[in-house]
Amino acid sequence: MDTGRPALSRGRHLAAALAPAVFVALFFAYPLAAILERGLTSEGGVSLPAGTAALLWFTTWQAAVSTALTLAAGLPLAWAIGRFRFRGRSLTRALVLVPFVLPTVVVAAAFLELLPDGYERGLWAIFAAHVFFNVAVVTRIVGGAWAAIDPASAEAAAVLGAGPLRRAREVTLPQLAPALSASAALTFLFCFTSFGVILILGGPGRATVETEIYNRAARLFDLQAAAALSLLQLGAVAVVLAVASILEARAGAASTLADEESVLRRPRGRERVAVAAILAVAALALVLPLAVLVRRSLGSWGALFRETPALLVEPWQAAVYSVAFASVAAAIALVVGGLAAVELARRPPGVADGLVLLPLGASAVMLGFGFLIAFDTAPLDLRSSWWLVPVAQSLVAAPFVVRIVTPALRSIDPRLREVAATLGASPARGWREVDVPLAGRAFAVAAGFAFAIALGEFGATVFVARAEQPTLPVAIFRFLGRPGAENQGVAAALAVVLAGIAVCAALAAERVADGRGQAL
Amino acid sequence: MRGFSLSPGLGVGCTLVAIVAALAAGCGGSGNGDGKEVVLVTHDSFAIPKQVQAAFEQESGLELTILQGGDAGEVVNRALLTRGDPQGDVLFGIDNNLLSRGLDEGLFEPYEAKGIDAVEAGYRLDPMHNLTPVDHADVCLNVDRMWFSSRGIPPPTSLDDLTNARYRKLLVVENPATSTPGLAFMLATIARFGANGWQDYWRRLRANDVLVVDGWEEAYTARFSGAGGSKGTRPIVVSYATSPAAEVIFAKTPPATAPTAAVAQSCFRQIELAGVLAGAKNVGGAHALIDFMLSERFQAAMPKSMFVLPVRTGTPLPDAFRRYAVSPAQPLELPAAEIGRNRDRWIDEWTRVVLR
Repeated sequence: MDTGRPALSRGRHLAAALAPAVFVALFFAYPLAAILERGLTSEGGVSLPAGTAALLWFTTWQAAVSTALTLAAGLPLAWAIGRFRFRGRSLTRALVLVPFVLPTVVVAAAFLELLPDGYERGLWAIFAAHVFFNVAVVTRIVGGAWAAIDPASAEAAAVLGAGPLRRAREVTLPQLAPALSASAALTFLFCFTSFGVILILGGPGRATVETEIYNRAARLFDLQAAAALSLLQLGAVAVVLAVASILEARAGAASTLADEESVLRRPRGRERVAVAAILAVAALALVLPLAVLVRRSLGSWGALFRETPALLVEPWQAAVYSVAFASVAAAIALVVGGLAAVELARRPPGVADGLVLLPLGASAVMLGFGFLIAFDTAPLDLRSSWWLVPVAQSLVAAPFVVRIVTPALRSIDPRLREVAATLGASPARGWREVDVPLAGRAFAVAAGFAFAIALGEFGATVFVARAEQPTLPVAIFRFLGRPGAENQGVAAALAVVLAGIAVCAALAAERVADGRGQAL
Repeated sequence: MRGFSLSPGLGVGCTLVAIVAALAAGCGGSGNGDGKEVVLVTHDSFAIPKQVQAAFEQESGLELTILQGGDAGEVVNRALLTRGDPQGDVLFGIDNNLLSRGLDEGLFEPYEAKGIDAVEAGYRLDPMHNLTPVDHADVCLNVDRMWFSSRGIPPPTSLDDLTNARYRKLLVVENPATSTPGLAFMLATIARFGANGWQDYWRRLRANDVLVVDGWEEAYTARFSGAGGSKGTRPIVVSYATSPAAEVIFAKTPPATAPTAAVAQSCFRQIELAGVLAGAKNVGGAHALIDFMLSERFQAAMPKSMFVLPVRTGTPLPDAFRRYAVSPAQPLELPAAEIGRNRDRWIDEWTRVVLR
C-alpha cells in the first residue's frame, strides 16, 4: 500500500537506517580502525606472533566445549520456563540474569571458595564459570521461543501416533532450531572472547586470543602483535556469526508466534517432579555463589554510607551512577538497536543478522585504546567526557537489542500494517498501533537485557570512567584491590547491590512486558 | 508494502544526531586548556581523602580531575600510546621498575618541585627532575602469624628460607608478567641471588610447590590465609610492607595486634613518582599539583588512603603504620636502568622456568 508520500517516506527511511550506521562508524569502527592502523603501520605489515595457532586452537575448543555444556545446562531450564506456569517463574527468569551482570572478579572469587580443592583452577573451573555466566543466554532465548510454539502441532502429532521422542525430533526441535542456533552462537562468542574467567580461573599459562591481545597491548605495549591478533579474532568471530546466521535462516523463519498465555500450563504428574528437580538444581547453582557474597558482606553494609579513601564518593553513590549510566546506555542501545532492527526486519533473515554481533568480537582493551587516540582532537575531544561511559556500554548492549527485537518485528504479519493503511492510518499511527503493541514485549525484554549488560560492563568502562563518578563494577574492583576485611566486605556488599538492581530491573521489564501482553 | 512507517524513527534519529552533536561540541569544552582544570592520570590504587582534594582545589583555584584505570604498567603504556597529546597533565604512579621506559620515551617534561629538598636523597631517582618521587611502598613477603604460632613452626625470615621443605605448599606469589608486586618480587630474587642464580632459586621454589596466581587481589584476598575474611590456605604471600597495618585499620573489629607481619629481609624497594606529561595542556596546574603531592598535607594523608609511605622526611605516620609497617633500612634494590634493559627478557625466562 502506498502511503501517498513516497519521497518523504524514503527520506525518513534513509535517516533512520543511517543513524545506527553513523553510531557504529563513529564509536566502533573509527576508534578500532585508528588503533589497528597504529599497530599495523608501526613495524610494517601484519605478522602474527609465534604460537598463534596453538592459541587459536585452545580458544576455539574451550569455547566449543563450554557452549555444549551451557546448552546442556540451559535446555532443561528453558523447557521448564518455556512450557510451564509455576510460582516464581518470573523470579527464576530474572535470577538467571544475575551472573550475566556480576563482574568476573567477584564471581571468580566465589568460585575459588566453592569449587573443591584441586578443581578450583584449570579447565573444569573455566567450563563451570562459562556455564554459570551464559546459562541466561540459552534459558532466556530458547525459553522464550519455546513459550511461543503452539502446542497444537505436537498434540496433533501425538494424535497421529508419534511418540514423545519423535514429537521432540520432528515437531518441537525444528521450531526451536533458530533459537537454539542463536543462543549457541552467542554463547560461543562470549566463551571465545572470554577474558576474566581465563585469567583468574584458568591459572597462569592459559591464554585465549583475547587475553593475549590484552597482554600484548596493555602490558607489553606490543601494538603490532595486538593489532594482528585483534584482526584474527574479529575474522574468526565474523566467520562463526555468518555460519550461525546462515544455519539459523535455513532452519526457517520464526513461525507465527503463539501467545505465551495460551501455551503455558501447570506441570502434571511426572512433569512436576522434573520441573521441581530442574528448578532446585538451578536455584542451588545460581544462589550458592550469591550466598558466598552475602556472607562476606555481613557487617560491612554500614560502610556503604561512610566516606572512604578508596573512592571520591560514598560507596552507595556508585549504585546511583551505575543506574544513571546504564539507563542512558540502555536508551541509546534501544534507539540504535531498535532502528537497526527495523531495517533488518525488512529483509529476510541472513548473514546481516549475525554480523550485528560483530562489535562483541572486538577486544575491549583495543577499543579502549582506540577511544584514547581517536577522540583526542576537536571536535571529537571526548576522552574525559562522562558521555563516553554510556556510549561504551551501549556498544555492548545494542547488538542484543537487535537480536531480540528483529525476530519479533519479522513475525508481525505485514498484512496487519496494510490493513491499517487501508483503513486510513498514517504510517506513524500504523507503527504505534500495530508494531509497538506486537513487538512491545520484545522491546521490554531488550530494554531489561540492555540495562543489565550496561550495568555489568567493566572492560571498556574502566578506561573512560571518571574517578568522581565510579560505576558499581569499578567501585567493586577498587575495594577488592585493597587489603583489610572491611574493604573485602564492602566489595561483596556492592556486588550484592549490583545483583539486586539487576534482578529488580529484569523483574520490572517482565512486568512491563506482561502488561503489554495483556493489552493485546 | 513491506516497509514500516518511520516517523518515530526519524524523531529518534534526530535525537541521536543531537546527542552526537552535543558530545562533539559541549563535552569537547570539558577538555582543559582554560587553565581551570588539571587532570591527573593514575592507576587503580590511587586514592586521596575528599578533604585533601578539596584543600588542593581551594588553594590552587584549580579543579582536579582524576582519570584512573589499570595498574602502573598499563598507565604508562596508555601514556606512551597518547604521547604528545596526553590524556591529562600529570601522571602519577610510575615506579622505579618502569622508570626507564617512561624516561627513554620522553614522556615527561622536567620540573623541579617545591619541597623536593625535604625528600631523602635515596628516593630522588631522577637528577633531571623529569620525575618527582612521591611515595615508597616496598614489596615484601607477608606471613600469617596465627597460622605459624598455632603450629609451632617459625615463620620464614628471608627469601632463602622459602626453599626449605618445612615451607612446602605454603607460598603464593603473583605472576610477574601480569602483576606489579609479582614483578617486584621476581626482581627481589634477582637482586638477592644474582643474574645467574635466580633461575635456580625459582626451580627450587617450584619444587617446593609455590602457587602462582595472576594478580594481587587473588593472591592476597583469596589464597592468603592471613587476610581478614579470607578462606585461603597459604600462610605466606607476596604483598606490601604496609599490608599488616591495613589489616589492623580495616579490620571489622579492631585486633589487639596485627594478624600478619611483613618479612623485612625480603623487601624490594618500590618508589612511586609523578611527572608532568609532555604536551600537557595545563602546565602551570601540573606544577601546582606536583608541588601539592610533596606537601605535608598530602604526604600525611597517603598512608591511610593508599597504603604507601611518605618520602618527605618528618611526615607523621598513623599509629598502626608506626607499629606494623616495616621500613627496612636496607631493602633489596636493582638499578632502574638495569631493570629497563632486562625486564622483558627476565619475565620470559621466569615464565619458562616456573610455568612451563
